[in-house]
Amino acid sequence: MSEMEIKSLEERFNQRIANDEKIEAKDWMPEKYRKTHIRQISQHAHSEIVGMLPEGNWITRCPTLRRKVALLAKVQDEGGHGLYLYSAAETLGISREELIDQLLSGEAKYSSIFNYPALTWADMGAIGWLVDGAAIMNQVALINTSYGPYSRAMIRICKEESFHQRQGYEIMMALMNGTQEQRDMAQDALNRWWWPSLMMFGPRDAESPNTEQSMRWKLKRKTNDELRQAFVDQTVPQAELIGLRIPDDKLKWNEERKHYDFGDIDWEEFWQVVNGHGPCNKQRLEARRKAHEDGAWVRDAAMAYAEKHANKTYRQAV
Amino acid sequence: MKDWPLWEVFIRSKNGLEHRHCGSLHATDAQMALENARDVYTRRSEGVSIWVVPSAMITASQPEESGELFEPAADKAYRHPTFYVLPDELKHM
Ligand SMILES: [Fe+2]
Ligand SMILES: [Fe+2]
Repeated sequence: MSEMEIKSLEERFNQRIANDEKIEAKDWMPEKYRKTHIRQISQHAHSEIVGMLPEGNWITRCPTLRRKVALLAKVQDEGGHGLYLYSAAETLGISREELIDQLLSGEAKYSSIFNYPALTWADMGAIGWLVDGAAIMNQVALINTSYGPYSRAMIRICKEESFHQRQGYEIMMALMNGTQEQRDMAQDALNRWWWPSLMMFGPRDAESPNTEQSMRWKLKRKTNDELRQAFVDQTVPQAELIGLRIPDDKLKWNEERKHYDFGDIDWEEFWQVVNGHGPCNKQRLEARRKAHEDGAWVRDAAMAYAEKHANKTYRQAV
Repeated sequence: MKDWPLWEVFIRSKNGLEHRHCGSLHATDAQMALENARDVYTRRSEGVSIWVVPSAMITASQPEESGELFEPAADKAYRHPTFYVLPDELKHM
């Protein structure tokens, strides 16, 4: 294709996005759009899968059966979210195997929040309430993203997410209605998860060079700082309602802005964790690698079985 | 290891409605595709019936052909009821 042709295709493409048209898998798209989408969607998918680890770790230690079925269902949902997103990424011409390899080799990133440890039962409350809360904030904004398969995955995911946050908040509420020790446990979990949750929205807009392009492609509908502010505004009253204190001395309602002002995020820590030096980075990847390796014989056996029975009759739909 | 084949999943949400495409998944055979589709796409009673189709079996029109395939319908307004101008007194037709 000549440069002129590409240019006119690109113009038409940008026009379609400006008109709020969706882009589908087989449509022409600029290479950079494809690559950026593969990166973002697969990072999102990896986050869902690695995100199963800190909570999965608590399923056998839930205090009641009610909590256990809820946590189990939530973690199972996250596995499903990973699948929807991997499928969406695959429509852009990358294979599942390549995607998994990128995660296991450490080449691909996933949300840094999952590199923090879940130390107590109250962390299950804090994660559902804050981490899923922040994820919902991000994901709702992505429902209107320009790439059709990504947008459809988001719709499905958002429908499933809301129970995740509610079950987390309910755990926190129960602890806050309990003994002093339980209340301390809840406060301690909030203290540890608050700042990493704010970091989930990514670097400040001024330090986020891709934001502008992503906004133009409608791969992002709101900036990192806008989403972070919305999250703070939404979460502070929820903490107050059950008697929790947000661990930020600078947190204050700003009547003029009609938003909460809040303290500075430790960006040093953020980049440390992003670059692989968080408390659990190694452990998380090792767990994923082990699961993948241990499952290899099952995947191969299932394939061999299917090939052997390839000629069996199908139960047809019509 | 080679990737398991890809399947497209169609769900009928309740009797009386059509099956609708809802996503895809990898599975070694049709039975596994059905079982995985049930686990992934119907955890909240979203369906009463599932179809799974190997993705490779679907023939799709290409976006480049959209013009010749779909544009001819655009100037055939006479296929729509509003093309026919009738008196206002005539209700319900
Ligand atoms: Fe999720
Ligand atoms: Fe979730």
